[in-house]
Amino acid sequence: MTLLAPRRSPLVGESATTRRVLLALALAAIGLFLLLPLATVFAEALSKGWGAYFEGLADPDARAAIRLTLLVAAISVAVNFAFGIAAAWAVTKFDFPGKSLLVTFIDLPFSVSPVIAGLIYVLLFGAHGLIGPWLIAHGVEVIFAVPGIVLATVFVTLPFVARELIPTMEMLGRGDEEVARTLGASGWQIFFRVTLPNVKWAALYGVLLCNARAMGEFGAVSVVSGHLRGQTDTMPLHIEILYNEYNFVAAFAVASLLALMALFTLALKSALEAVTENPGR
Amino acid sequence: MFARAASPRVIPGFGPTLGFTLAYLSLVVLLPLAMIPLKALGLSGAEVLAIVTDARTLHAIGLSFGAALAAAAVNAVLGTLLAWVLVRYDFPARRLVDALIDLPFALPTAVAGISLAALYAPNGWIGERLAPLGLKVAYTPLGIVVALIFVGLPFVVRTVEPVLEALDAEVEEAAATLGASWFAGFRRVVLPLIGPAVLTGFAMALARGIGEYGSVIFIAGNLPMVSEIAPLLIAIRLEEYNDAAAAMIALLMLAAAFALLLTINLLQAWARRRIGG
Repeated sequence: MTLLAPRRSPLVGESATTRRVLLALALAAIGLFLLLPLATVFAEALSKGWGAYFEGLADPDARAAIRLTLLVAAISVAVNFAFGIAAAWAVTKFDFPGKSLLVTFIDLPFSVSPVIAGLIYVLLFGAHGLIGPWLIAHGVEVIFAVPGIVLATVFVTLPFVARELIPTMEMLGRGDEEVARTLGASGWQIFFRVTLPNVKWAALYGVLLCNARAMGEFGAVSVVSGHLRGQTDTMPLHIEILYNEYNFVAAFAVASLLALMALFTLALKSALEAVTENPGR
Repeated sequence: MFARAASPRVIPGFGPTLGFTLAYLSLVVLLPLAMIPLKALGLSGAEVLAIVTDARTLHAIGLSFGAALAAAAVNAVLGTLLAWVLVRYDFPARRLVDALIDLPFALPTAVAGISLAALYAPNGWIGERLAPLGLKVAYTPLGIVVALIFVGLPFVVRTVEPVLEALDAEVEEAAATLGASWFAGFRRVVLPLIGPAVLTGFAMALARGIGEYGSVIFIAGNLPMVSEIAPLLIAIRLEEYNDAAAAMIALLMLAAAFALLLTINLLQAWARRRIGG
């Protein structure tokens, strides 16, 4: 069985039959749990033909949802990119007490339920919230408006860039930056000409994952959005509305765009991993 | 206060980057999160008691934890199998399968949710095959487990893969030459070495599953006392303008999740000591 040739030295006694059974089980699991749900999105979207598919996407509310999702993702990625750079610089270039606590706090949004992420902003900025009434009296709407959606998305996507950059910059050490400094480079020069070229792939990787989550966030955004069609509806929220109206073709048509985004993300991620595994890039 | 006598800092930017990091983290994460205990503290003792002994609340929290535990257990086995096959065997499309493992991280939860609901509904592609067997998945707690298996699938694979990559083949070969069968070799030599990684992945999948919302609500049916998860109950209480009850349930969830993860960490520390690794 050349097909099942082991990649590395096998366990002696792991027979070809065992290998075949394990591989078959693994591929069946992949098919059942991953491929089938993915294929269903496209099958359902196209179940009434391409005409119905494009009709679902051409709807003004769908278009408004796509625009809002792109806007929210762009803002979230930009601010969390800036945060990731600053946090990684502070954590990896200097020693200070409480550093590991800080790194733990950066990861905190990953262990909080998305619904709780939305909840905290309602408690803060909602009509019955801590500072919500004051803000509303001054004409600033956060909850059931775009700022709330941006805030909730920023919260859930906060760790992505930082957690890619911190281990990479930790590994690279401080030597290059220290040499650049002794040669008279300014802080910004060091960052743009020494650090950034070294970590560009890790940064891009973080941005990619951050963007995928920002475009797809549902729970946190659902709590703060208010679900105003054409105004505070992101793509995932619009999918929910269409699905609950039994407009399945349109729901899956919008979903198929997000599924394509996910596939594009995976492809780019694999390409990035290939680049970083090969030192001769 | 942060000053250090030895080695003056050569690299510039300590103040601005740490200042920005702390300010941003406080404003976006820490202060908003503090709203949960703050709001819950505003409740009287009797109100707290009413919420924490409410049958619907307790059922929702129990369901979220139970379903997440079941799904994480399935993922521990499935993830170990997938990592084993991906690291050790060469087969066509291996790289493609490897890339596909991360699909649940990249695919928005609402998309996964409606897709799984369509698949497992009584008239869906899988649902109609299970119906004659008397098995109902969609709109039952089992559907919740299926959704959580999907979202948690990559965790164990990704934590176990690097350990298997690094596993010394000599260790296994020694076990084999000593006469151990393949299974005995796996159970007594490989499993203890990858155990901590499996447990880490299990804990991550569990934490994710407890709070998961988007992929679950479409397939769950959301029947109170049957298939209503805790995050959904929080959202419902908020829609009823019962902010304090929402905060209290959130606090319960956070406390329970924290206790669970602490237990797993302790278990892991104990396992490491035992292996002497």
